[in-house]
Amino acid sequence: MRVTFSANGKPVEADDVWEGESLLYVLRERVGLPGSKNACEQGECGSCTVYLDGVPVCSCLVAAGQVQGREVRTVEGLGGEDGELGLVQQAFVDAGAVQCGFCTPGLLVQTDALLASDPQPSDTDIREALSGNLCRCTGYEKIMDAVRLASARTCSAEVRK
Amino acid sequence: MEFLRPATWDEALAAKAEHPTALPISGGTDVMVEMNFDVHRPSAILDLNRITELAEWSGDGETVRLGAAVPYARIIEELSGPLPGLALAAHTVGSPQIRNRGSVGGNLGAASPAGDSHPALLAAGRDVFVEAESVRGSRLIPIDEFYLGVKRNGLEPDELIRAVRIPVADGPQQFSKIGTRNAMVIAVCAFGFALHPKDGTVGTGIGSAAPTPRRAVEAEEYLRGVLAERGLWESGELLGPEVVRRFGELVKAAASPIDDVRGTAAYRRHALAVMARRTLTWCWNDYRKQIRSAA
Repeated sequence: MRVTFSANGKPVEADDVWEGESLLYVLRERVGLPGSKNACEQGECGSCTVYLDGVPVCSCLVAAGQVQGREVRTVEGLGGEDGELGLVQQAFVDAGAVQCGFCTPGLLVQTDALLASDPQPSDTDIREALSGNLCRCTGYEKIMDAVRLASARTCSAEVRK
Repeated sequence: MEFLRPATWDEALAAKAEHPTALPISGGTDVMVEMNFDVHRPSAILDLNRITELAEWSGDGETVRLGAAVPYARIIEELSGPLPGLALAAHTVGSPQIRNRGSVGGNLGAASPAGDSHPALLAAGRDVFVEAESVRGSRLIPIDEFYLGVKRNGLEPDELIRAVRIPVADGPQQFSKIGTRNAMVIAVCAFGFALHPKDGTVGTGIGSAAPTPRRAVEAEEYLRGVLAERGLWESGELLGPEVVRRFGELVKAAASPIDDVRGTAAYRRHALAVMARRTLTWCWNDYRKQIRSAA
């Protein structure tokens, strides 16, 4: 079947999509957006987290046919047009919260969503928000630092406005 | 495989009638796992995402009609007042991403004994109904008749779950679940408990410790009797350790768990007794506070 939807603001089209195929597979293999990672394929790890109509979801658990006509935003959509890193992405780099990088795209999207709804989350809120994103390298402390840094920068950016 | 995308509820019912083996998908948090691992390859997938009314709920103060596809995240945000037990159970489902997609309709459709909604639905009372609909019409299936076996429910092949009708809580409700961590855990076992002061009953629900979610009938009857005979609903006196212990024992006795990868039968029985005692104590303490502040 053919599936058309919006990915990071641009219309995309995928042909010959298998009916049982996931959105994650379509993103990675059919429309050239391999930022979302395929790790567990059962919603346990969060590495494939994307926005679907503004709501963070595991793209491995969304059937491709379900996104027909809808809006998807992936980790690739968090940066600027010119390849400049977004605020959350830069905070992860600056805090050293990236090791192998496999879990990072999901953490970035989920952190972006957290800060959009709560720019100043407590540590408990951060842990709760990231409870569905597994990292097997850093032990989460640097990730916590990165989210706190992104939060501080989000808040100071708002003050400057 | 076919991918069916009805735009309206009537179209969905017509599609299910025409393709009774089609597998309904909404949040996909169960269905897509089976698809990704090729556990199950249905003849057709019936996508319910376009039917917006499935993601809506309504209430008249006595009952909440919860659309089958209202995601857990919204149950926590919008319904923790009228449906506190279900909201607590919803909070233990998966992760934020899963709670943004998963729904009670999905839990009921999958009918896994480990589904987190079930103990809360059972505890909410005997007036919980699953609204099942087909082109032939609509019917209300009492929750006590809905769970038939491991991953088997009372739906006919042409039926879809439209909504669940749940009485608004008239007393404290609790939910407790055992797992290796807080997030992303399939219950080793779970327990839902509710006090129903209006009709002097209590509700229980056991999860992951029998072929189906089930009620601890004797435990409910025992506690109902004690509360009535000793006038505890009116006095709000402490239950005493013997009542709490006996209640835990009866809940434990109502389970028929198995040994599996998540835990042993003996552990599940033990844990159920502990959870039953704790949830009863929490609820009773809340109830005592309520009647004291009302007095």
